[in-house]
Amino acid sequence: MIFLAATPPVSGSSALIAAVLLGALFGLLLHRGGVANYNVIVNQFRFHDFTVLKIMLTAIIVGGLGVLALNSAGLANYHIKATNLLGVVLGAAIFGVGMVVYGYCPGTAIAAAASGSVHAIVGLLGAMVGGTLYAFSFPWIAQKILPVGALGKVRLPDVTGIPTLVWFVALLAIAVTVFVWVERIERRRRLASS
Amino acid sequence: MSSSPPPRGFLRQERWNPYVVGAGIGILSWTVFFLVDKPLGVTTPLTGLAGVCATPIIGAETIGANAYFKQHAFKWDYGMLFLFGIALGGLLSALLSGSARLEAVPTVWRDRFGSSTGKRFLAAFIGGLLVMFGARLADGCTSGNGISGSLQLAVGGWTFFLTLFAFGILTSLVLFGTGRPSKN
Repeated sequence: MIFLAATPPVSGSSALIAAVLLGALFGLLLHRGGVANYNVIVNQFRFHDFTVLKIMLTAIIVGGLGVLALNSAGLANYHIKATNLLGVVLGAAIFGVGMVVYGYCPGTAIAAAASGSVHAIVGLLGAMVGGTLYAFSFPWIAQKILPVGALGKVRLPDVTGIPTLVWFVALLAIAVTVFVWVERIERRRRLASS
Repeated sequence: MSSSPPPRGFLRQERWNPYVVGAGIGILSWTVFFLVDKPLGVTTPLTGLAGVCATPIIGAETIGANAYFKQHAFKWDYGMLFLFGIALGGLLSALLSGSARLEAVPTVWRDRFGSSTGKRFLAAFIGGLLVMFGARLADGCTSGNGISGSLQLAVGGWTFFLTLFAFGILTSLVLFGTGRPSKN
């Protein structure tokens, strides 16, 4: 692992300006991608709209290859979160239920709220309550849930021994297969409905 | 079939190709990793905001004494301004494309559960609560775990991504059944 200089290219108060600009780009992309829309998100889970999957898989592969290249060139650090397996599985399960009931995830909810979705704003108020409930359950969760399956900051290459690049080649193959498949489904549905 | 409207300039289009948007988010990730040495994330700064919102109801003393809120105290830092940026970008996108509109009850919900605003708001509130609680328990949401974690091949990121989809599909089966939707 190559380590970088102590400060990144943009830091201090200029990082705060960068935060607004980078956030705005993210919000713009989410909105233009159609995922700041309840119908698009819910219909993904019903297999009637594949926008979410297309965006996420493309972002993971394009993002992953770029970050891998930057890291190999010594230009970026990895930021791996520690995996607490039970916490992640329970959290993602609750998140999955909530995402279909709400119709947004936190990032898309903010973009949706700003573009006029009133129920997205109501859900963000719910999120404030959810965050507070978590904060007050934290002592118990930290003791009982988080230590179960605490794997540390592990990556798939660490636990499988399969190198990073092979993972990306496999992911690319899976993604292309999925994309070809869903495009075919969508074409068939368009023909059937016209 | 209606005749298609005249083509608009890229910045005024209501929707962009999802692969282009996905690649854009990927490139945005490189930029964020490189420029500010951080991953893309949303719910961590949202925690500080929850503490601020809860303060008038629960009291500053109780909030201040909470270990988790102490760890995630609200500040106008990079993470919080990033959220502010998301709102700005969403608004800008909607204004540029002329697609900003008030929505209380989305069509897919209305087709299944009717046009009651109260019912939709109650569901949105509970859904939002669950999303935030789940994201805190998993230490990241669709951005922090699903995209940033997965693109670094983090075990937690992929576990989150796959579990989220499995439970999302199950929930949509319970709520909406297997029927075909009307057009959005």
